[in-house]
Amino acid sequence: MTGERLNDVSGDVSGDVSSDVSDVSGEVSTAGATVAGDRVEPEAPVGAAVPRDEPGGQVDTKPRNNRAWFLVLPVVVSVAFTAVIPLMTVVNFSVQDIFSPTDRIFVGLDWFRAVTRDPEVHAAFVRTLLFSAQVLLLEIPLGVAIAVAMPRRGLGVPVALVLVALPLLIPWNVVGTIWQIFARGDIGLGGWTVNNVLGVNFNYTLDSTDAWITVLIMDVWHWTPLVALLAYAGLRSIPEPYFQAAQIDAASGWATFRHIQLPRLRGVLTIAILLRFMDSFMIYTEPFVVTGGGPGNATSFLSILLSKIAVGQFDLGPAGAFSLLYFLTVQIVSYVFFTVLTRTGR
Amino acid sequence: MADIRLEGVGHSYDGGRTWALRPMTWTWRSDRAYALLGPSGCGKTTLLNIISGLLSPTTGRVWLGDRDVTAVPTARRNIAQVFQFPVLYEEMSVYDNLAFPLRNRKYPKAEIDQRVRRVSHLLGLDDHLRRRSRRLDPGRQQIVSLGRGLVRPEVAAVLLDEPLTVIDPAMKWTLRSKLKEIHRDTGHTLIYVTHDQTEALTFADEVVVLNEGEIVQAGEPTELFLSPAHEFVGHFIGSPGMNVVPGEIAGGTVRVGGEAVGRAVGEDGDLPPGPVRIGVRPEFVRITAAQATPGLAARVTAVDRMGAYDLVHARVDDHPLVVKTGAGSRYAPGAVEFFRFDAGRAFLFRDAVRCGSIAPLDGRDGS
Repeated sequence: MTGERLNDVSGDVSGDVSSDVSDVSGEVSTAGATVAGDRVEPEAPVGAAVPRDEPGGQVDTKPRNNRAWFLVLPVVVSVAFTAVIPLMTVVNFSVQDIFSPTDRIFVGLDWFRAVTRDPEVHAAFVRTLLFSAQVLLLEIPLGVAIAVAMPRRGLGVPVALVLVALPLLIPWNVVGTIWQIFARGDIGLGGWTVNNVLGVNFNYTLDSTDAWITVLIMDVWHWTPLVALLAYAGLRSIPEPYFQAAQIDAASGWATFRHIQLPRLRGVLTIAILLRFMDSFMIYTEPFVVTGGGPGNATSFLSILLSKIAVGQFDLGPAGAFSLLYFLTVQIVSYVFFTVLTRTGR
Repeated sequence: MADIRLEGVGHSYDGGRTWALRPMTWTWRSDRAYALLGPSGCGKTTLLNIISGLLSPTTGRVWLGDRDVTAVPTARRNIAQVFQFPVLYEEMSVYDNLAFPLRNRKYPKAEIDQRVRRVSHLLGLDDHLRRRSRRLDPGRQQIVSLGRGLVRPEVAAVLLDEPLTVIDPAMKWTLRSKLKEIHRDTGHTLIYVTHDQTEALTFADEVVVLNEGEIVQAGEPTELFLSPAHEFVGHFIGSPGMNVVPGEIAGGTVRVGGEAVGRAVGEDGDLPPGPVRIGVRPEFVRITAAQATPGLAARVTAVDRMGAYDLVHARVDDHPLVVKTGAGSRYAPGAVEFFRFDAGRAFLFRDAVRCGSIAPLDGRDGS
């Protein structure tokens, strides 16, 4: 059964791949044909071209060879295996209803329709979008502020760099574990402090707001350093005379930041916003470890919902359609972000 | 306007072990155009930054008129500075760039507008006021940076730190004459830092030559050229630089390799006998056909034809000597010719500092 299923899948896969490859080879052969045309039928074109191009009347005898196209092959193969084939299996799932490996029917775009109309998916989408927005709103200004405050020279530089970079070195699920314990009201330092010192009742396993805040703060803690380091690199590249000119022009600290530092951070902040958007929009491991998507659906982001559908319920069809839409959303939003950020202020 | 007076000002970047700028006392007189000339790393920029307050001197005091500004921050010093490359607030328009120093100092809006328009008119930026400053060509950008200094009413001096470095050569002439024009129209004290002697000599009323953190000579361009007070000035100014030939003073006569070349005239009294270095510019050496006294026999090694003039290279007592002659000279490499120094244009140096000059022998034989 498994073997048959695998065969089926591989059959599909190879079908997809071959169509894909034939696409590529189609291009290749078209290109080949044009080049070959020059060689195979030299009389007409060359005869016509000679008087114009080569007054000496010499026929172009340079050998033509299309074997260089084989040099493209490694890229075609590696892209096929890393991107195209896995993606095509997902496409394959998304258009079928699979009851068992032998029992399956083609359903067209039904799963896509179902997924886009699912209220649970809608809720998760809004939740994820809100989370990304909050992450960007917190991490970008905070990261820039840290970068501005970091020392520019002296012994403080390496110390600050190491301290700031530390959270980035911790694996995702370890970050989750750290915060799962840290935020606990009974034994976690953070949770205990909030409950017993600040006197606020805080329990992320029961209260959905508390869970949301915990995940958000965890992300800020984990990823603000990335923004800070990028911004710091951007700030360091500003030549000293700009700051000297600001002093001469009696610019205040804020004016210096606003008119010298911020404009020159545009490039790195574009990258930072893109990276943080993509990452936070696809966040999975940390909330999975800390809250598992709960309490209720409070921290059930798109990725957590997706894995629940795909791995938990083994609904491969809806999961495939979901993945493709998810993938497209990230692509489109990133593209729009990038276009807007690089076009403004040109 | 006010004089800028440096009183024992010196600077060290390493806590006094080496001086980037040796303690010096010097006055920049009001309303003059100065060029601060010297090789890279001689302390020009350090000196400039001390005047503008970007750097506090290790020792000494800085006076602006009768006000001690040593501890006054840059923003309140009434000094404008233009840097090597155009420093602009790139996302602002030209107008906003020019208005920025005034807005920061809380000038009334009407006055800002009036001043910006006056400066933009002066600098020929009227057609560009609404443009984004980063879209201008580098030459105009540098003019805008200059304008940010000129727009302030109280500015006592404008410091220019090699402002034409990034400007292409054809534009340099235009900009330099523009600067002279501005100096004439506004009467600001200008201090123009450069390592390019042509720039310095054509621009300034007074050229200050700095070497190894020390002012070695200051004066009008012709003065620096005709009577260098320091060997360095002789080398650095003029193209090619001054010839230096080792000689000897004995009994009041200067000799090179045994040949008498003239009478030694000390700056303050007689010069003690002993070794001396003779400095003479290539322009002030004559080649004579026949042996004459005083005169040096030397073998011509090469002739460079420069178009407008020829450079004759020779070796005197195994030391190189360059002579500038009219174009189309007929001296051939290998020939022995006789060289004479123009009266009053050959100088004597000891420890690199000028100590005297060479006068004609007056028919008297040295011995």
